[in-house]
Amino acid sequence: MSAFMQTLVWGIFAGAIYGIAAMGLALVFGVLKILNIAHGELVMLGGYVGFWAFTALGWDPFLALILVIPATFVLGIVLDRVIYRYVVRLWGEEKIKNSLLVSFGLGLVLSNLAQWVFTGDERSVQPSYAGQGLDVYGVLMPYTRLATLGIVLVVTVALHLFLRKTYPGKAILATAEDYESAELAGINIDRVYMLTFALSAALAGIAGQFVTFTYALAPSIGMFWTLKAMIVIVLAGTGSILGALPAGLVLGVVEALSGAYLAQTYKELVGLVIFLLVVIIRPQGLFVRK
Amino acid sequence: MKTPAGGQLSLWKPSRRWSGPGLIVVVLAFAIVFPQQIAQDNIWNLFFLMSLGITMGQSWNMLGGFAGQTSLGHAGFFGIGALVTRTLWLHGTPFILALVVGGVATATFAMIIGAPTFRLRGAYFAIGTLAVAEVLRITVAQNRPFISTMPGDMIASYSLPARYWVALALAVVTTGAAYLLLRSRWSLGILGVREDEEAAQASGVHVLRHKLLALALSALFMGLAGGVFAFKQISYYPEAPFLPTFTFEAMMIAYIGGVGTVAGPVIGGAFFVFVRERLAANLTDVHQVIFGVLFILVVLIFPGGLLEIWERLRRLATRRQQGGPRASGPSPEEEGL
Repeated sequence: MSAFMQTLVWGIFAGAIYGIAAMGLALVFGVLKILNIAHGELVMLGGYVGFWAFTALGWDPFLALILVIPATFVLGIVLDRVIYRYVVRLWGEEKIKNSLLVSFGLGLVLSNLAQWVFTGDERSVQPSYAGQGLDVYGVLMPYTRLATLGIVLVVTVALHLFLRKTYPGKAILATAEDYESAELAGINIDRVYMLTFALSAALAGIAGQFVTFTYALAPSIGMFWTLKAMIVIVLAGTGSILGALPAGLVLGVVEALSGAYLAQTYKELVGLVIFLLVVIIRPQGLFVRK
Repeated sequence: MKTPAGGQLSLWKPSRRWSGPGLIVVVLAFAIVFPQQIAQDNIWNLFFLMSLGITMGQSWNMLGGFAGQTSLGHAGFFGIGALVTRTLWLHGTPFILALVVGGVATATFAMIIGAPTFRLRGAYFAIGTLAVAEVLRITVAQNRPFISTMPGDMIASYSLPARYWVALALAVVTTGAAYLLLRSRWSLGILGVREDEEAAQASGVHVLRHKLLALALSALFMGLAGGVFAFKQISYYPEAPFLPTFTFEAMMIAYIGGVGTVAGPVIGGAFFVFVRERLAANLTDVHQVIFGVLFILVVLIFPGGLLEIWERLRRLATRRQQGGPRASGPSPEEEGL
């Protein structure tokens, strides 16, 4: 029983990172109506910013977030101005198709640049308190994982409040709903798209910072995280931004359980197979009432 | 607008009717004679990779360019072709038979996968194919973790020109198939599906059947390309041909040359491989970055690829000749020419 609970807890901790990584992708998909295959590369770059803060400045991995978030936010603005701005202008089918192609190319560029600058070595960060944690009736909960889950919850609530209560947040939701009406109502949708993309990049950056001390960091991890985020947003139902967190937790738990009870090697496959099944059988997602 | 002096033009302009076949003969003759004249391993290798690139580009173009179904999972087809062909071949099947079986197996797999995935539209189809390719890659990596090497007697009798002739033949066959497909009655339905699926359906086109046809042909040739890859590589990890790079290369070649045309992947394949091999010799990691940027530029600015750039330049040049000095600037009225 305790082993089962432990697996469940690991799954929830892993799922929290999936959730926050997917939230950024869902935001861009829901508002800009494009699919950003390079999202995983943004996770990777966020991780490298955090890694640099840890090794060069000696900052605590959680403190480094105050550097990672603005850095990836600015990167998001730059990418939007240089590339995505031109994709968003297109129409319907053409828009989504070109966004796939362009972001696939961008992903390749970013991962190869990272390879060039940071080399292909796998890296990770271990704070001094990495081994410590709570022991709840035999179930181990490391402080780093608890803090990760806590930050993910705080960010999710903050994003919710931002979208519902503030003017820019409402503008984002209005644009997601109907960009033409939003424009007619005086919203500068170009600005909204830029802000949304930057927010998405910052969320990816936060996920990347968690990756540095939970998993390994390497220039090639982008595709892995893009796929994870895609699986999660399909589970959540497209257009559901905050639904990414529960969907991420579900994916994390399912993966952990299948890793423990089926075979560790097929852990990655379970998520992809669920993804294909959901897409084919229930394309509106698991958490959307139709 | 004045009518151009037709008589003057036709004096120096070669007959258009023969320029197409003439060009094909010249290119083919070059591809056959040149490597034999130089007879160096790096030239054989370069021409082999060009032929493989052309095949991959044509294959992606049949589905992505003609039928308009963006696939991000062509590496899966490439990998299946390589896996099946290599396994049969190393177990004693004659290579050509193994190659054909590999291609047919790939097409069969694609049909099984195709029926459900074509229920997905646009973005879902693309990421669905990406997910299928990744599932295959992970499964193969888990089950065949060891490097696959040719046995010693095969290495002893290894001949690079033989590999090139197979690859060149495949490139010619694939290009011919793409041309025939575009000339056939089926192409009307396939192009119709690309332009507007609802309208095509409303005018009586069986959408799923046309999509499946494009997919089957595309997968067949990608599988054959994978088989030729398996024929050439002395040793590689069985996982390697499933890597997303192969999807990207096929897609790039189609786009850089000119997506949705038959000549595009040929030009794109030759150009892409030539530049990549040049860059790889000098700047190892950077060539992917350069191609990534080039690809983004093509998609955003020149959706017609090199063919479109060439066409624009040609139009600019003829307009200068016809219009004299006053009409040398680009004028919007003449855009429709």
